[in-house]
Amino acid sequence: MKVEQISIFIENKSGRLAEITRVLGEAGINIRTLSLADTSDFGILRLIVDDGVKAKTVLKENGFTVNMTEVVAVEVPDTPGGLSSILQVLDKQQINVEYMYAFVERCAGNAVIIFRFDETDKAISVLKAENFNVLEGERLYGM
Amino acid sequence: MFFNEEFETLPRLALEALQLKRLQNVLERVYANVPFYKSSFAKKGVKPSDVKCLDDLQRLPFTTKQDMRDSYPYDLFAAPMEEIVRIHASSGTTGKPTVVGYTHKDISTWTDLMARSFVAAGAHKGDIIHNAYGYGLFTGGLGAHYGAERLGASVIPISGGNTKRQIMIMQDFGSTVLTCTPSYSLFMAEEAKAEGVDFKNLKLRVGIFGAEPWSETMRDEIENKLNLSAIDIYGLSEIMGPGVAIECMEAKKGLHIWEDHFIPEIINPETGERLPEGERGELVITTITKQGIPLIRYRTRDITSLTYEPCICGRTHARIARMSGRSDDMLIIRGVNVFPSQIEAVLVGIEGIEPHYMLIVDRQGTLDTLTVQVEVSEQLFSDEIKVLQALSRRVEKEIKDMLGVTCTAKLVEPKTIQRSEGKAKRVTDNRHL
Repeated sequence: MKVEQISIFIENKSGRLAEITRVLGEAGINIRTLSLADTSDFGILRLIVDDGVKAKTVLKENGFTVNMTEVVAVEVPDTPGGLSSILQVLDKQQINVEYMYAFVERCAGNAVIIFRFDETDKAISVLKAENFNVLEGERLYGM
Repeated sequence: MFFNEEFETLPRLALEALQLKRLQNVLERVYANVPFYKSSFAKKGVKPSDVKCLDDLQRLPFTTKQDMRDSYPYDLFAAPMEEIVRIHASSGTTGKPTVVGYTHKDISTWTDLMARSFVAAGAHKGDIIHNAYGYGLFTGGLGAHYGAERLGASVIPISGGNTKRQIMIMQDFGSTVLTCTPSYSLFMAEEAKAEGVDFKNLKLRVGIFGAEPWSETMRDEIENKLNLSAIDIYGLSEIMGPGVAIECMEAKKGLHIWEDHFIPEIINPETGERLPEGERGELVITTITKQGIPLIRYRTRDITSLTYEPCICGRTHARIARMSGRSDDMLIIRGVNVFPSQIEAVLVGIEGIEPHYMLIVDRQGTLDTLTVQVEVSEQLFSDEIKVLQALSRRVEKEIKDMLGVTCTAKLVEPKTIQRSEGKAKRVTDNRHL
């Protein structure tokens, strides 16, 4: 039910993003979606790729600091209030969203949102109880 | 264990009597043979014959690094060139190096003192000494080399650099003692890890580290990562080279300075006044047996303190505290004295921080700024911004708490801070003062 996300530490200097994408491209790794969080000094690039283990290995070989985190991908009705309906459920259960970003592809006509929760397992069970569709990682990597 | 038990455990009274005799002797020699001393003594209105007890040493003028530069290359030599059998020079970062010359007897004394130092650290005949100090004009390599041979150990003269090969040789040759700079030992640990080599499977038992200031927390780190007993050694080429002082393995608390050859004093670096036992200040050394280039009251610029308390190892020689920095490494940031080694001590105390750092000092308008660059290690890296920002703030707060100076911590990618295979460069000062 969880999706593996890789995060990469990036110093705020030119060429770092280009270097990461070059390394991944040469290793034949396809980026499914990404988000970049930045501060004045450094950034964190978060990626979902088709082969997370291989991506982590090649990035480490190239001197990057990488870690893997479990995030949750949820189908969201692509209609006004769609995202709100999910967030309200989470709020009621006092589950915090650390960050979130959208997946590029749609799934059965719905949008897909990637969430990083403070309590991942609890979030999954709450969402499923409310009949939201939580996507399997395998499905996402190949989408 | 001693190398020369009689001299290493000489009762204080006998030791001081020997010091006075040797001091009077060296003063006569430099006064007669080195014009610099004749004129510097005259300026102070003293003659060698005025020194009747050890306390009279205070009446003599200091010798400084600048005096050595002004005497470049040979003007401070007290022995004729025909008697000089070796020349070394310090790693002068700016301008000309400082040059020192050794007679046959000087080399022999140095070799003995280095052998003493090895024994104090726990090395013995039969050890395989992996000597990764640089060979050449720098005194580290040859000084340790000769001492190791005198001890009867097998010495591997590997010198610095080519770290992968160093690790292979330590593995294959069964090195039991490692000599290098403390920062290089940590670099080796990092490289070994990358090569999949575990120091626990090596035979290293003792590491003798010197040539740059390091901290107690760094000792813990080295001992854990390299699986050996880490000993601090002190020396400087002007005085002799490595082996001027060393910690004993029994106490690891202060470095015994070989007082039958050197007289240590601690002074206030501002006023030049001698400080009482236990107070921190600049270390001043007088060499009392050297022939090639004896130095009288040489200001080392190293900051330490001195104790004459008896040591559990049985040696009667005074101990200097671990160096807390060099008076000329000292940064003054918004009026606060900061030694890089103090910052290092804070950093290695923070879990997950790698002991590689760079201090960048700048001036914005009239205000000094200090930026501490720290590498993000894999274990502390998080996908959440707030975790990394909390880490930066923790570094800033701990430095503020310990040193009283405000800084900005900047996280940088691993292995981007320059590694040194000799002395580590820790400071970039962009102020043009």
